[in-house]
Amino acid sequence: MTASTLRRPLANSIAVALAAISLAGCASTSDEPTRSTRVASTEVPYASTYRAYPGQPTALLGATIFDGEGGRIDNGIVLFADGEIVGVGPASLAIPAGYARIDGAGKYVTPGVIDIHSHLGNYPTPSVDAHSDGNEATDPTTPEVWAEHSVWPQDPGFSRALANGGVTALQILPGSANLTGGRSVTLKNVPSRTVQGMKFPGAPYGMKMACGENPKRVYGGRGRAPSTRMGNFAANRQMWLDAQEYADGDRKDRDLAKETLAGVLDGDILIHNHCYRADEMALVLDMAKEFGYKVTAFHHAVESYKIADLLREAGTCSAVWADWYGFKMEAYDGIPENAALIQNGGACVIIHSDDENGIQRLNQEAAKAQADGRRMGIDIPDEQVVSWFTLNAARAMGIDDVTGSLKAGKMADLVLWNGDPLSVYSRPEKVWVDGAMMFDAMDPNRRPVSDFELGQPGEGDVK
Amino acid sequence: MKALNRLARTMAAPAALCAALAFTAPVAAQDFAITNATVATGDGSEPMQNATVVVRGGRIVAAGSGIAAPAGMQTVDGSGRWVTPGIVATVTDLGLWDVGAVQESNDIRSGNSPFSAALDVSPAINPSSQHVLVSRAAGITRAATVSQPSSSIFGGQGALIDLGADANTVTRPRAFQMVSLGEGGGRLAGGSRVSAHALFRNALLEARNLAEGTGAISGTASRPPERRTGDDLPIDPRLADNQTERGDDVLLSRFDAAALAPVVNGSQPLYVEVERASDIRAVLALREEFPQLDMVLVGASEGWLVADAIAAAGVPVIADGLDDLPESFEQLAATQSNIGRMVQAGVKVAINAASMEQPRYLPQYAGNLVALSRMPGAAGLSWGQAFAAITSVPAEISGMAGRYGTLSTGAAGDVVIWDGDPLEVSSAPVAVYIDGVEQPLSNHQTRLRERYRDLDESDLPKAYDW
Repeated sequence: MTASTLRRPLANSIAVALAAISLAGCASTSDEPTRSTRVASTEVPYASTYRAYPGQPTALLGATIFDGEGGRIDNGIVLFADGEIVGVGPASLAIPAGYARIDGAGKYVTPGVIDIHSHLGNYPTPSVDAHSDGNEATDPTTPEVWAEHSVWPQDPGFSRALANGGVTALQILPGSANLTGGRSVTLKNVPSRTVQGMKFPGAPYGMKMACGENPKRVYGGRGRAPSTRMGNFAANRQMWLDAQEYADGDRKDRDLAKETLAGVLDGDILIHNHCYRADEMALVLDMAKEFGYKVTAFHHAVESYKIADLLREAGTCSAVWADWYGFKMEAYDGIPENAALIQNGGACVIIHSDDENGIQRLNQEAAKAQADGRRMGIDIPDEQVVSWFTLNAARAMGIDDVTGSLKAGKMADLVLWNGDPLSVYSRPEKVWVDGAMMFDAMDPNRRPVSDFELGQPGEGDVK
Repeated sequence: MKALNRLARTMAAPAALCAALAFTAPVAAQDFAITNATVATGDGSEPMQNATVVVRGGRIVAAGSGIAAPAGMQTVDGSGRWVTPGIVATVTDLGLWDVGAVQESNDIRSGNSPFSAALDVSPAINPSSQHVLVSRAAGITRAATVSQPSSSIFGGQGALIDLGADANTVTRPRAFQMVSLGEGGGRLAGGSRVSAHALFRNALLEARNLAEGTGAISGTASRPPERRTGDDLPIDPRLADNQTERGDDVLLSRFDAAALAPVVNGSQPLYVEVERASDIRAVLALREEFPQLDMVLVGASEGWLVADAIAAAGVPVIADGLDDLPESFEQLAATQSNIGRMVQAGVKVAINAASMEQPRYLPQYAGNLVALSRMPGAAGLSWGQAFAAITSVPAEISGMAGRYGTLSTGAAGDVVIWDGDPLEVSSAPVAVYIDGVEQPLSNHQTRLRERYRDLDESDLPKAYDW
């Protein structure tokens, strides 16, 4: 789906200026107006300072491997060194000298889990008002805000996502109070003193938009626009008209909001659109055509199963829960077979969490969605289901050429599970990010403890 | 307000009827045996292979291996299937809402109500709510359902219900009282735990005075309390029309004080929402002043830190299964090992359905606790313990030991046949029986699934596909 041309700059993941990277493929629909090429800023503010931590050349032996791209190898071997996947293959694969060998018999290996929809850091725990940093709910249209400026790196939730969920990368989104909530940020799930130290090198930005009930409730409740779904669309269309005017101009006047919107129209910034209802998603797809941008993924998308054909044609992913429904009117038609029906219709499925607890069990959510599909006669193999929480998420985040699957040359972001990851009885045993072991269930010292937890009850517990 | 009163009236009449019928024999109960199945009885033991379950007259006759199906009885081949008692979900809001954010369909909170402890959910429970149907299809056959503390620290009186597709929903109205005594209680009490404890003690003292007819309170009921099911707690006479008068120095309305009378004398369990270790200690200490309180702790994220004290007090816990984050300052020590550690200390623990997105996740949460038992440094549960934590243990805590959540002889014929290990996320029920009656498993979701199995509208719009 996305035609990300993002390249991993160096073996040890040195930060790279990303705005110059073309993601033109993302917005290439046939009826899209041609846009003149712009010279983007060559310098990314608040650039990533992430560096891979040291690791040792490692061979995982004898495990069942799900490569994230639909491949499965029983009794296989995964080799990684210098932060990169070196090779994936059958038991006959030659193991170079100097590699530490880890016995994976009876265990499973997958790419690191990726959550495309998280609020870790901008709605961190403890969930006190002082930590409520995800919605700039003072104006319905705030493309000028950046989620990274709200992320608290000491959120204990990052460590739970790593240790219990095997999560190695995640996208932090602004909330859904606003029609346009601002820029997202993609993070490596590695503890850091600063958010810059977590920013995924080279990852494109996303922009959060929201359909439906939330914006009209938040603003309509204050007696201001939008108070209706048509009000939502009017505000969005005017925003895009103004953005086009800016984008077609010389762009010399700095305008944070317009710069983000122009980045979307240029295809550099990916649209992540909170939207539940099928009819509303269909309208958004037409709005995207009207203004020449692409909706990379609808998030929550509980009714995607009703329009899998439209989503397939648009090349738009659905980032969904397994079976959440009913908590609001626009979620009333959610069904557990949603993911399977989307996949069966030829469209792209991603399992997301939007939740600091759910992010610890994305593999189980995928397994539930798979089983619900199987019971209605849609049989989706395990190796494809694993892509729902690995490669498909990476694609929709524009980082699929560097992570999301076990392929030579990609980042060594991977999980060794103590059993089948699609079983409730399995848990991550070891998690590597860029080849550095960041969690080991067998070693109490390989477990991050945030500043917040020091000296408090339960410090360093297994959690 | 008038509309609300009308609603309350129209709801009350059928609910009374349901309650009256609750313990009559189910009309369509089948006598049947399931053979060759993997059977888990819910009592904490591990599953048995090639076992048989026999149901007659709406009740369990036998369950185990080496049992022959009675001659002439309808027999279901359970090969490749698992058979268990129905899941018992506690604490839930099943039957109290349709759409969470559609306020008028949602009876979970009553923030503007003049009443608190007197609130009684039983007349409001709607067995046709989709969440009841969805939960039933997930193998939940019984639930404790209650409104949340919102107008005061007291949430009111919860009911035990069955999830059968009939009008006999409420099995035991006023089965327990709910109170919040942590951060949430402090907020409702005017801003602090200090106030919550003062309110709580005052409320119980007023209730005791009212119940004992002492002090400034006097009067007798003008008519006897009604009994509906034969199994419900009698309504205190002062909740009925009467001539009782009370002194001026009271905080609680007569209804609220009377509703707490069975709490003070221990005939109605008190579910206490509490998380922090020190709050748990403070709650346990209340029994010195009110020795008859029949307490159950709900939440108890830091219970493992005071597990020995809870065990010594003999107080059961309905604990949040997988909470492991410091969501608040009263949950700093939250860990998924909480339940395992409390069980190891001898505490009776059920998994709290209110701690998850939907009650139907109970088996998944239980399965996660089994997974935890393999992790170094963690404490989980055995399969049998984990399954008991969503069947027999919540039934026991609900005062229904031996009746629900178990396949022991004489228990209700609540039986679920699963297509695999019920704690595994890929498994689901293929048949659900309540009181021996096979239940329909369809609902709004299954109807949508069938309509959108394909997107073909070449002949007519989807609206004609039903």
